[in-house]
Amino acid sequence: MKNFKKLVGAAMAASMVFAMAGCGSNNGGGGDTFKIGGTGPLTGGAAAYGQAVRNAAQLAVDEINENGGVNGYMLELNYQDDEHDAEKAVNAYNTIKDWGVQIVLGSVTSAPCIAVADKTKDDNIFQLTPSGTAVECTQYDNAFRVCFSDPAQGTASAQYIGEHNLASKVAIIYDSSDVYSTGIYENFVKEAEKYSFEIVSAEAFTQDSNSDFSVQLQKSKDSGADMVFLPIYYKEASLILTQANGMGFAPKFFGVDGMDGILSGVDNFDASLAEGVMFLTPFAATSSDANIVNFVKAYEEKFGETPNQFAADAYDGVYLIKALIEKSGVKPSDDVATICNGLKGAIVDYSFDGLTGSGITWSADGEPNKAPSVVIIQGGVYIEM
Amino acid sequence: MKALKVKMKSDKNLRSNLITFGMVIGVYIIMQVLLAAGVVSSLVRGLLVPLCTYAILAVSLNLTVGILGELSLGHAGFMCIGAFTSAFFSKCMQEAIPIAALRFTIAILIGALCAGLMGLLIGIPVLRLKGDYLAIVTLAFGEIAKNVINMLYIGVDEAGLHFSTKSSLELNLSENGTVIIQGAQGITGTPNDSSFTVGIVLLLITLFVILNLIHSRDGRAIMAIRDNTIAAESIGIPITKYKLMAFSVSAAFAGMAGVLYAHNLSTLSATPKNFGYNMSIMILVFVVLGGIGNIRGSVIAAVVLTLLPELLRGLNDYRMLIYAVVLIAMMLFNWAPACIQWREKMVYRLKSRKKLTKEAE
Repeated sequence: MKNFKKLVGAAMAASMVFAMAGCGSNNGGGGDTFKIGGTGPLTGGAAAYGQAVRNAAQLAVDEINENGGVNGYMLELNYQDDEHDAEKAVNAYNTIKDWGVQIVLGSVTSAPCIAVADKTKDDNIFQLTPSGTAVECTQYDNAFRVCFSDPAQGTASAQYIGEHNLASKVAIIYDSSDVYSTGIYENFVKEAEKYSFEIVSAEAFTQDSNSDFSVQLQKSKDSGADMVFLPIYYKEASLILTQANGMGFAPKFFGVDGMDGILSGVDNFDASLAEGVMFLTPFAATSSDANIVNFVKAYEEKFGETPNQFAADAYDGVYLIKALIEKSGVKPSDDVATICNGLKGAIVDYSFDGLTGSGITWSADGEPNKAPSVVIIQGGVYIEM
Repeated sequence: MKALKVKMKSDKNLRSNLITFGMVIGVYIIMQVLLAAGVVSSLVRGLLVPLCTYAILAVSLNLTVGILGELSLGHAGFMCIGAFTSAFFSKCMQEAIPIAALRFTIAILIGALCAGLMGLLIGIPVLRLKGDYLAIVTLAFGEIAKNVINMLYIGVDEAGLHFSTKSSLELNLSENGTVIIQGAQGITGTPNDSSFTVGIVLLLITLFVILNLIHSRDGRAIMAIRDNTIAAESIGIPITKYKLMAFSVSAAFAGMAGVLYAHNLSTLSATPKNFGYNMSIMILVFVVLGGIGNIRGSVIAAVVLTLLPELLRGLNDYRMLIYAVVLIAMMLFNWAPACIQWREKMVYRLKSRKKLTKEAE
């Protein structure tokens, strides 16, 4: 028994050393393909977002390669699982670094993205996050994003409600354990001061209590709100809509891009309850825009599901990278710092037309400048307002 | 004769301890040589500090589970407390103490002390419970620690610290004030002070303290409590004192691991993934797989199980599936009675074959 344990121990130690030494370092760059890598949650609770980004990015890369690549160079994509965890994201990033990544298209979610941004800054690799919304994701000058930041969404929502006089008394239900939700909430409140509507209640829930919203809804109802602002994801929103209907509370509901998916993403949800729900989104899969129609068709054919906003952001991200490579004229044989500087120089003052907006420009601080669009659900489809 | 036996036993302990220390130092030296030679991949380089963190966690939990014999499911909670108190300190003092080594040393002490103190406070009511009840309460403690930190907002400006449990707006900070702990977003921008060397030094300190504690008079008392509480009490061992001692030492080292964790990443938030019960169970898995009460085993299990999912990245979508299967297989191999029997039989056969060949000679 003792000997056996020793044997197992020795074998384990040996295999470890072997494993560590075995995966020696990899040379970065070279060849005639641009290596684009990213990290996102491909497993676990947030897997839907990571998979959407990976699938759409792959779709875009395949399309570009079929049409002759970028300046004659092919693109290659490597997406690694970060399990929506900062520590795992760094591991995933190191994996793509060993693979020789030259441009980072990630991370998908905020906290991992902040951790990865710290590393890409040290390595001086160009980073474009499709959907990392926290402010700190793009705090360094090598990082840019495709989507709106959390503050931008909160501000834009308040502006929209105020400018269109959609409501006079607004109640908010938000997730205090979620960065995305609290970020939007805080900036919504800040911006709301400038407008005539009044915030009558702000009730929080956490990930541990995200199934029963009767208390929050009752308070919203008692405060006389004629609109409920929901800066949360569609899963909780579907429960809120169902429970509000159950208690006969029928205000207007206004959401943000996390609401995308409410019609098809939840099982056993009566989609008719979502009628009249408005939300801010840069992308609606039902749009009649020719590019979007083509993208949705290709995505559905390949992956068997309707793409969401994350997918659209990633698709735009790849095409943006293509455009920037063309504009700056960098080559795959350049080192990462040269590529980073080239793309960084090219993105400022570049006007990009994509699925999530047209005429998008970027400032040097990494934020995109695009007009938010609001959709309303009518007859089971999104209609742009 | 008796004295000789005691001496032999202590020699055996010494040898076993030296093997443990030698193993850690050996790995450190090999890694340093490989790092200097530049043949280590970025993935493994990035994993070195987490490996030390998890090894420390596993060793410290083994003190509670293996030596004290109480099932604790709140170990990640102590790690969380250590991580946040130290990261808070480092963030505040980043400008006041520019020397990283000094700041980090104080941060480690603060993290370990706060977690240890919390262990003591939690231990007083909790250690009156036994078995499943203790496990449930520690589980709840871990969740509470995580949730309290998730609702905390702390900011600092000229007037001093501001606290809130609602949102960063309610801190009423002045123009040049900064938010340090931002609720669910936690702390961003912790200085990156952790390194492999610091990790190994902390792991060696942990091993040194815990191994010495186990083999000291106090350690014997703790094990006596584990083996038979009533008998231990009847010979005059103060049960509460020793239980608290083991529990708070274990918590303090978990806090230290938290410090290492917090200073390795630029963002620190208390999610169910890193400080929830998933993590507590993960640490427990290291302990169980490495052998309950076997300190060296904990280190090896922590290292192997942390490396495994990363080295399986080549399998892409099947990675977590394979990891789970390997975990189940290892657990069965180590602990299923049939497997233990089979292993014993094989060892016996090997031994008798050796004997036979010897006799033949």
